[in-house]
Amino acid sequence: MTFFGTAEAAVSAALDAGARYADARVMHRRYESMTARNGEVDELTSDESAGLGVRALVGSSWGFFAVPDMSDQAARHAGRRAAEIAKASASVAGPALDLIKSQVSTASWASDCEIDPIGVALADKGDLLVATTRLMQEHGADLAESLYQIWDTEKWFVSSEGHRIDQRIRECGAGIQATTIGDGQTQRRSYPAGRGQYGTRGWELVHSLDLLGHAPRVAEEARALLTAPLCPAGETNLILGGEQMCLQIHESVGHAIELDRILGWEAAFAGTSWLDLAQLGSLKYGSELMNITIDPSIPGALGSFGFDDEGTPAEKRYAVRNGTWVGVLAGRDSAAAAGLDYGGSVRADGFARLPMVRMTNVGLEPGPHTLDEIIASTDDGVFMENNRSWSIDDKRLNFQFGCEIGYEVKNGKLGRMLRNPTYTGIGPRFWSSMDMLSSEIVAWGTPNCGKGQPSQTGHTGHPAAPARFRNVRVGVRS
Amino acid sequence: MTSELTAQVLDAAIKAMPGAQIEVKVDRIQSALTRFANSFIHQNVDEDTIRVGLRVHHEGRTVSVSTTQTDAEALAQRAGAMLPLAPLDPGWPGITAPTSLHEQSIVDEDTRDCTPADRAALVQDFVQAAGGLVTAGYCRTATWSGFYLNSAGQQLTAAATDSAMDGIARLDGADGVARYASARLSDLEGAALGEQAANSVRAQGDPVELPPGRYEVILQPAAVADILNNFALFGFNGKVFTEGRSFAEPGSAQLDPAVTIYDDPTGPAGGVSFDAEGTPRGRMTLVDGGVTAGVTHDRRTAAKAGVASTGHCIIEDSWGPMPRNPVLAPGDTNLAEMIARVERGILVADFWYTRVLDPRTMALTGLTRNGAWLIEAGEIVRPVRNFRFTQSYVQALEPGNVLGIGSESIAQPNRYEFVNTSAPVLHLRSWNFTGGASG
Repeated sequence: MTFFGTAEAAVSAALDAGARYADARVMHRRYESMTARNGEVDELTSDESAGLGVRALVGSSWGFFAVPDMSDQAARHAGRRAAEIAKASASVAGPALDLIKSQVSTASWASDCEIDPIGVALADKGDLLVATTRLMQEHGADLAESLYQIWDTEKWFVSSEGHRIDQRIRECGAGIQATTIGDGQTQRRSYPAGRGQYGTRGWELVHSLDLLGHAPRVAEEARALLTAPLCPAGETNLILGGEQMCLQIHESVGHAIELDRILGWEAAFAGTSWLDLAQLGSLKYGSELMNITIDPSIPGALGSFGFDDEGTPAEKRYAVRNGTWVGVLAGRDSAAAAGLDYGGSVRADGFARLPMVRMTNVGLEPGPHTLDEIIASTDDGVFMENNRSWSIDDKRLNFQFGCEIGYEVKNGKLGRMLRNPTYTGIGPRFWSSMDMLSSEIVAWGTPNCGKGQPSQTGHTGHPAAPARFRNVRVGVRS
Repeated sequence: MTSELTAQVLDAAIKAMPGAQIEVKVDRIQSALTRFANSFIHQNVDEDTIRVGLRVHHEGRTVSVSTTQTDAEALAQRAGAMLPLAPLDPGWPGITAPTSLHEQSIVDEDTRDCTPADRAALVQDFVQAAGGLVTAGYCRTATWSGFYLNSAGQQLTAAATDSAMDGIARLDGADGVARYASARLSDLEGAALGEQAANSVRAQGDPVELPPGRYEVILQPAAVADILNNFALFGFNGKVFTEGRSFAEPGSAQLDPAVTIYDDPTGPAGGVSFDAEGTPRGRMTLVDGGVTAGVTHDRRTAAKAGVASTGHCIIEDSWGPMPRNPVLAPGDTNLAEMIARVERGILVADFWYTRVLDPRTMALTGLTRNGAWLIEAGEIVRPVRNFRFTQSYVQALEPGNVLGIGSESIAQPNRYEFVNTSAPVLHLRSWNFTGGASG
């Protein structure tokens, strides 16, 4: 079954009501999740969300309306309503707004999926989660948790320029977490990441994680952290594991290169960016080892798609090349406002949300080293892995991140375990201090990126690998 | 139509799963948000959506299903198909017995009938009042209609309205902020808020960077709201509490005697009067004169704690049952009097990106945003650049650390409709600033 007719009716009604451009997305998303806690299933949820969202451009002003009804009558009403809202926007109008040219496509695309994740028996999925929590309890966890999440999204996109694209994107992932409770403190270990690992893949992704195999270690480390020495305070060499590098990229590069932030469109909430468009192509963002790509075409990564939600085909481009800032995440209107000629990074979190600039897969290209080589070549430093807390200012410059676990590095070897490891820095200064980068790239998935008003949750991917940074301030505490 | 739909889903579920414990909740949300940046409306959205939730417990197993569609039979069939495959749920707490609402939430006709033009007019007022400064923010209105039915005979119906305005005025890289939330649209004054934001940013010229360290602080309502929201999330949250990760010890004098905190969905800021399990929610005291009075529960965490649900369930939310409308009870002083008593300290407009390092101690890191000023010898002497802090929120409010609470409470909007925080200015003995804007 397709819903092109519904979307076309909405677009047509918006044009009839005065829009000079309109697009519509019919989206049908099935979501399933399960959590287990201390040997029992805690929650099993199945959600279905389906409806139509219409965007209308009247003059230089936008309007958007969404309904959960896919009838022809509802679609026409939604199109007219979007145009009416756009006319209201024009009462507080800005500069002339246009859209950059887009390749008009009639296409169909689907993500790779070997094992349909919703089709896997609930009992099997539940048994896996429950077993991991029992194992973590047996190995010292006071609170043992596990979860999986699955999204199966179909969308039909139509624009007044002639786009007609349908896509099916299946995403899933899972993770485990052990918490231990001590005297006035809690400690936590997770695998593969705090909320798990996710991708545009089927249940084969979860099989590949071997959650049961990692459960004992995770619990034992959480227990050991309660009595581990505190991460010392001071400046030192910092080695970050790949999962923490994912967070570092997401927060201090991914959000900073969002063009809507750079243009001030997110100023009141998410914030702006320290980046100035006048310096695109010349600004030094980091060391020569820093090569960051924007690539929604990576098979299986969480930020992958065939076309973004404006109908722009997925295409790889550089954001940072040899340490120099060269690209942004953009949409058709923001690109036009900035005088750029590419978009391709606009997505909506469901039918009822306005498409906006979002990260796709923003990540590092591999470096020349391995983690073992990085540790072996470090006389004195701290290794940190797995994000526990993250905070960064509204210009995406000043950050303080906490990890679940740290280790001393002395004379080229890992030493004592350290608890409450934190580090802080200023984005470009920090990235400029990166002097070793591993080739061991993993495309981490972040399923919980918040942005926008009303709030939207984005799914982003981040190819990342361990790296070393010089003279970083660590061990900040209350 | 939504009340009929609720009954249809319950009937369909009873037929499909006879003998099961069944609950149905239908929420209709009409929500619109007019957003502006660079002093023009750049995003303007409106939605009219329905969400139907069905939760079933039968033969030891539980499933929750939901949809935006209105096909009762299809939803019941989906739950019925999933149920036998669901793992066992020995912790199931049962469904709510028949009971009535404590109090209705506020429904305001002007808010319910608000048009895109009405919201645009408020934005226009904000922009014009900023006197040519660059502005950004939003104006939001929402109407909720909720219907709950379960197989034990519990039946609740309620409605509520929500409105909010949140904006900044910008000058030379600094921002001044003004926010207000109310169940009544007529309480939003775009011009007054725009003027407030503009005045704030005009007072931020030529800021200096101060060294990190412990400073006495006066926190304006936006910053106090962040403290309350984190107490809600990590302190008064029944899930965190039953897992042993909360600081809260009911009955203990854990905070300063000046501190009284309650949750109030029926106050002027608005809220919803029952939860996803059909448990009524009313005003609830969380801290009474510094003594921790209780935490919020859903049926599952309440069963674990051996108490009754307080009506704070959010199905499909892994964070747990937490206060949705926390209020710090006003004191008897004001900002001017507080400033006059400070020998050396910092006035903070707002906090940003606060994240917990340890929920047990409520140690958080974050930054100041939208203005900070140095106070010396009882006067504001100059603006300062943003600080990063790493601070235990519990420690900040411990006995002896609260030096004053303002007498006027300002309702602050949350990113979600019908969630808000009401707070006056707050004067604290010490705040641990661990870094400056430059690192």
